[in-house]
Amino acid sequence: MTGRPRRAVARVSLNAAALVVIVASLFPVYWMVNTSLLPASAVRSTTPHWWPDEFTLSNYQEALGDDSLVNALFNSMAVTGITLVVALAFAFLGAVAVSRYRFRTRTSFIVAILVIQMIPAEAMIVSVFRVLDGWYLLNTIVGLSFVYIAFVLPFTIWTLRGFVNGVPADLEEAAMIDGCSRSGAFWRITFPLLAPGLIATGVFAFIQAWNEFVFALVIMTRPESLTLPIWLRAFVQATKATDWAVVMAASTIMAVPVIVFFLIVQHRMTSGLVSGAVKG
Amino acid sequence: MTTIPAKASAPPASPSASRPEPEQPRRRGFPWAPLALLTPALIMLVVFIGWPLVQLVIMSFQEFGRAQIFGAAPEFIGIDNYVSVLTDPEFWAVLGRSVALCVVSVVATMLLGVAIAVMMTKLGAVMRTAVSISLLLAWAMPALTATIVWGWIFDTQYGLVNWLLTQLTGENWIGHSWLIDPTSFYAVAAIIITWGAIPFVAFSTYAALMQVPDEVLEAASLDGAGGFARFRLIVMPYLRSVLLVLLVLQIIWDLRVFAQIYALQSIGGVRAETNTIGVYIYSVSMASGDLGAGGAISVILVILLLVISGYWIRTMLKEES
Repeated sequence: MTGRPRRAVARVSLNAAALVVIVASLFPVYWMVNTSLLPASAVRSTTPHWWPDEFTLSNYQEALGDDSLVNALFNSMAVTGITLVVALAFAFLGAVAVSRYRFRTRTSFIVAILVIQMIPAEAMIVSVFRVLDGWYLLNTIVGLSFVYIAFVLPFTIWTLRGFVNGVPADLEEAAMIDGCSRSGAFWRITFPLLAPGLIATGVFAFIQAWNEFVFALVIMTRPESLTLPIWLRAFVQATKATDWAVVMAASTIMAVPVIVFFLIVQHRMTSGLVSGAVKG
Repeated sequence: MTTIPAKASAPPASPSASRPEPEQPRRRGFPWAPLALLTPALIMLVVFIGWPLVQLVIMSFQEFGRAQIFGAAPEFIGIDNYVSVLTDPEFWAVLGRSVALCVVSVVATMLLGVAIAVMMTKLGAVMRTAVSISLLLAWAMPALTATIVWGWIFDTQYGLVNWLLTQLTGENWIGHSWLIDPTSFYAVAAIIITWGAIPFVAFSTYAALMQVPDEVLEAASLDGAGGFARFRLIVMPYLRSVLLVLLVLQIIWDLRVFAQIYALQSIGGVRAETNTIGVYIYSVSMASGDLGAGGAISVILVILLLVISGYWIRTMLKEES
């Protein structure tokens, strides 16, 4: 007899809990964008403005009018671009080696990759700083990119290895029987099937390089060589007392590319996994 | 032959009519192929991780201060750096704080993450999609910007939390600083870390829950197992390995947390009282210029994290073979 009302209560409380999760997850992101679209006077009022009722883009104009932000944006894009391209190329070659060949040192290489992945960047700042200093690579885009490439490689090789494993070697062999060379079989059969894996891995490298904080803090110390996160941190310290609205505009500028890429990959990755079932 | 294609049990491909014979020896006689493919990655790893790691260990046994940064030859002093670090009460205070913050954040993340995953399996399609999208957005938010936004929400003057507390309690909270007091500083830090970490745990657990076969659950239900018994006896065995891996990863990530703490300190914390181990390494070696001691703390942190991650590494290797 009590089954039906009890179930209704359970359903309502379940949806209420879901609503709490949605609000708690979304609110900080919404609040960042909302604040960035309000004039400083509205942000400093005694009652919060829940939506951008005094809509303005002046905070973005002010942030982007700051040469140091534009400079940091350029540095971040350069470092991220180099890291993305080089890490993807090197990781791809490495993943093929680990996945398609059996060689004596293979297991030790895989163990090394997993161990390296667990070495905290925070513990490496001192020695990476000194090594780069010795090669005159401090405060250079190339120097920071090299460090990022090395630190994203273990994960990118590991991830791509999974995707290469997912393409059956039988497909390549069939192509070879039909007259393809080994490399021809690889480029024509396996490579196109790896596209979702390359995109997912590439976005990982992008997000890592774009967000990275501690190496950039140690390596890029000159005002003209700051990357976006380091610039933003300094900007917050200098500005927060006076103008949270501009800080939120700058934060939005940094966060939006990451969020967009992340959402794109999420979609591509699931569709890639669904259609990844290869039919011989 | 040291190199054979991964799954090549088949005999060498029989050359068809169109296939030129000279191709054969090249394919067979190229045992260096995997090494050649690995070389670019290996060079990067050796030069930018291996070599600094060796340097780090050497440096931790050297007197390495400001004089050495400006060119003086470093002197080997045995384990003096380790002795001075391990006898320094500040090191133990920092380590204790890091562990405490890590425990609170990890427990909160795991409990809430698993609860949300279970909730997602029971929701209707529309609500589940809405929850997924919200979690994705939180997951995509860079840690640094998330910290700054939370810093704004907890702002002393115009922050939302102080406004809300003033409305709810009737007392005046405006002007209350959340970051000056180390305890509430860490509470804010734990909220930021947990908020950012929950989506990964929730999605991974949800994916694992989807692997539990419905028939088995139905059969157990017919046999009279209640909700809790079904969860404990059927779902848990499916989840155990996923949860353990998630636990290890969360512990490691939360123990070495840097950007959130460092940025929160810039917004309003007292650095000396709120350092965690990562930020402490930075301040000892970069701000104070004692690279020898910084190196010793770094080596200790590396060993600590590698020991904790042993389980994760073993699980990954098992999956590989």
